Amino acid sequence: MATQTIAGKEVDLNEDGYLTDHTQWNEAIAKELAKEEGIELTDEHMKVLNYLREKYAEGESLSIRKVGKSGIVDIKGLYKLFPGGPLKISSRLAGIPKPQSCV
Amino acid sequence: MKKILILGGGTAGTMMANKLSKELDRSEYEITIVDKDKTHYYQPGLLFIPFGIYNKHDVIKPKANFFPRNVNVVYGDIDYIDPENNQVFMQNGRKLNYDWMVLATGTETRPEETPGLKDKLWNKKIFEFYTLEGAVALRNFFKDWQGGKMVLNIAEMPFKCPVAPLEFVFLADAYFTEIGIRDKVDITYVTPLPGAFTKPKATKMLGELMEEKNIKVVPEFYMERVDNDQQKIISYDEKEIPFDVLVSIPTNMGTDAIERSGMGDDLNFVPTDKYTLRSKNYENIFVLGDAADIPTSKAGSVAHFASDVVFENLMSALEGRELKAKFDGHANCYIETGFGQGSIIDFNYDTEPLPGTYPLPGVGPFGLLKNTKTNHYGKVMFRWIYWHILLKGKEMPLESQMSMAGKKTS
Ligand SMILES: Cc1cc2nc3c(=O)[nH]c(=O)nc-3n(C[C@H](O)[C@H](O)[C@H](O)COP(=O)(O)OP(=O)(O)OC[C@H]3O[C@@H](n4cnc5c(N)ncnc54)[C@H](O)[C@@H]3O)c2cc1C
Repeated sequence: MATQTIAGKEVDLNEDGYLTDHTQWNEAIAKELAKEEGIELTDEHMKVLNYLREKYAEGESLSIRKVGKSGIVDIKGLYKLFPGGPLKISSRLAGIPKPQSCV
Repeated sequence: MKKILILGGGTAGTMMANKLSKELDRSEYEITIVDKDKTHYYQPGLLFIPFGIYNKHDVIKPKANFFPRNVNVVYGDIDYIDPENNQVFMQNGRKLNYDWMVLATGTETRPEETPGLKDKLWNKKIFEFYTLEGAVALRNFFKDWQGGKMVLNIAEMPFKCPVAPLEFVFLADAYFTEIGIRDKVDITYVTPLPGAFTKPKATKMLGELMEEKNIKVVPEFYMERVDNDQQKIISYDEKEIPFDVLVSIPTNMGTDAIERSGMGDDLNFVPTDKYTLRSKNYENIFVLGDAADIPTSKAGSVAHFASDVVFENLMSALEGRELKAKFDGHANCYIETGFGQGSIIDFNYDTEPLPGTYPLPGVGPFGLLKNTKTNHYGKVMFRWIYWHILLKGKEMPLESQMSMAGKKTS
């Protein structure tokens, strides 16, 4: 774990670069983290991040399928917004833990 | 008279019926088990059918052989559960009341969830082996196949027995070698996971085994659809992989009866407390086996370990006591690796699969995350254990809690 200053705020990140405390998050931090992923955050991205934060706060487990059915974006759209690993990247930008893929 | 209703008479439900019938006084409790199917399938055996190692008769027996005599058995499709009123409605209109329920309706494959999967080429060039019908169709296909590009695809997480697709490609490698056409067969393993498996140590060991056996791994591939005309699978981010034969692990979902009851998540799995194994929403319902949404493998071994916890907690609940037993997510999977060898992984919610010996520290006889002949015999023996000990709810010489003894942590 490391403490780092992002967008003028001190945050704690784990070894994979995920916030360890989702309450430290704000939009400016999301924008900075997005840059590291090569993503310019738009309103579309933000809608997804807010959805993820909301569901996370409610204690729900998240999956690509679930986001695809949220009415915010379909799975294809999600891949376009966060190319590579849509749920992994969007979770990181949303300041919530890395999604667990259970075995 | 209190009524205990077990929905689903597969691995989990059958074990529970046997445990409960031994313990409960029949003048106080009535036990009923419900299933739509009169045949019990030994699902781990389905893996061996495509390669002609087992045939149909090795994996089926009448369910009735395994249900205890003093339990009511109802054969029929469950339409829905009305958990607010403690009632279950069957599709034939019959109504069943209960005081306590053990929900054990498992999971099933849903190829319909992926466009083009169950289409023109279904059971011609596109197969699955999670049903007897599918496994037999693939057996027949392999009998005449001359070789080409075989793609194994996992459609979506989670799916039951997460090692089965790995075992499938390992056994395929051995099978095609033995029949002399391995040089004409290209095997590709396509998965939505970041590697061959999820946890680091197992992924490394299995990844190396893949390489050794010349099986290509394509990670992070989330299939959107299948193009039947051009014979290729296409991901959501538009990667394409051509195939001559596609072996699919289709999306796994719980029964639609769960959806009709409004009791499931988006894959019809039932929200369940991962420690007590009680439904998160209904105090008189416990969830056992693949039907639960708990974060561990959907496997017979898990259902077996979890059944001890459900049994203990249900006993407490019946007597109005606090639920004390806690499930640790223990899973134990044999992995067939071909050529008469096998590996084993043993893990739980908190501990990833580690190398070592099992179940006895330093002795084994099984080697964890190791490829040995003994491990293979473990899997072979498992069929006998399954029919004769596990389903009957008899004690196994194994602890249900995972043990760190014998595991190497560094
Ligand atoms: C190819 C393959 C290989 C496997 N290998 C292994 C292995 O090596 N080791 C291991 O531990 N596990 C293995 N498994 C997994 C194991 O078989 C399952 O995890 C286990 O059977 C789960 O038990 P269950 O009782 O939850 O579900 P099931 O045994 O599937 O039982 C569910 C029951 O509910 C009934 N049902 C469902 N819906 C309804 C309805 N609406 N109305 C009436 N009845 C209904 C079904 O008919 C079924 O009998 C394998 C599975 C497969 C497919």
